[in-house]
Amino acid sequence: MSVHVFGRVLGAAALIAVGLLGDTASAVALSDAAGRYAVSNNGSSIRFAIGKIGGGGLSGAFGQFKGTIRIDGGDIARSKVDITIFPESVGTGQGRIDAFLKSDAVFDVANSREITFRSTSVRRTGDNSAVITGQLTARGHTNTEKFTAELQGLKGGQIRFRVSGQVFRSRYQMDVGTPIYSNIVAFDMEFSGRRG
Amino acid sequence: MLRNTTTRYGWAAIVLHWLIAALFIGQFALGLVMVRMTSQRTSFELIQLHKSFGFLLLGLVLLRIGWRLGNLSPELPDEVDPLERKAAPTVHLLLYAAQLVVPLSGWALVSVSVLEIPSVPFNLFVMPHLPLQVSDAAETFWVFGHKWLAYAGIALVVLHILAALRHHFWLRDVVLVRMISPFFARSPRKPE
Repeated sequence: MSVHVFGRVLGAAALIAVGLLGDTASAVALSDAAGRYAVSNNGSSIRFAIGKIGGGGLSGAFGQFKGTIRIDGGDIARSKVDITIFPESVGTGQGRIDAFLKSDAVFDVANSREITFRSTSVRRTGDNSAVITGQLTARGHTNTEKFTAELQGLKGGQIRFRVSGQVFRSRYQMDVGTPIYSNIVAFDMEFSGRRG
Repeated sequence: MLRNTTTRYGWAAIVLHWLIAALFIGQFALGLVMVRMTSQRTSFELIQLHKSFGFLLLGLVLLRIGWRLGNLSPELPDEVDPLERKAAPTVHLLLYAAQLVVPLSGWALVSVSVLEIPSVPFNLFVMPHLPLQVSDAAETFWVFGHKWLAYAGIALVVLHILAALRHHFWLRDVVLVRMISPFFARSPRKPE
């Protein structure tokens, strides 16, 4: 999730910098977008889904997370995104599943209270999209992950991104239940950040 | 040697008996352990293993019942007293019923669970859920049913084992040993 957020932020920054954004973005000058944005839970969401054998799957969201997006007005490649998720806030609508996800089987929140993503690069892929690469750390395991980001808007000091991507949970010692449940976690995130 | 006769069990009945015995007792032990694990991950994996062996047990029991219906049943030795001779078919019927309903109740349990976790025996194929209503109440009911049917079944197994040991060490007849091999159809150790 953090990776997605970072990706979107970086992608948006790149688009703004190059001046190739769509209608919304094209009106945004790089100097207008440059700055530091604080990602808040308000207007943001981090949702995930895991498919299961035979159809259907498991989906949920994290209720608590924070982050910052720093858009470099001079060199978009130097922009940075940091996202921290608190897995204790995971929710699926089923309390027993939530407890299982928080246990040592998955997030192990007793020993690992945060999941972090720190961007390392951004590559523009379209007028308003980009691929964000970064280091995702969970349960003491760090791996390079990529997310795609789309700029949704920039208005009144408020920037919005939609970020998506897939992560192999086995890379973070969270592969319990495979192959009944897919090893791939699909993230769908929306991030809203306020400059300041 | 594969089929039963009026005096001995064939290899098919013998192998099925011991396979099912090991599975039934092993499943009972696994069931006790898996819900008492500290690690949720280990518990989850043991429960999936319990489900896999449960479906294997159910398949073998159905095969065994079919084999039993299509075969002769060896007669009890002459020295078995009339009361035991009358009780034995009832106890055997209860044992077969336990072998059948315990795994079936487990299947019902996973079918009605609100967690809706698929059953994939030994990660080989998806076993469909039974067409039962999913609900917390139904899950609570089948947890209770599966648990107590298992306790009742294992109580029958214990009685069965004690009876077999009685035949072997006290009555010294052929009842136990003829379930070990078709070659032990006649007791070599009759009391002097």
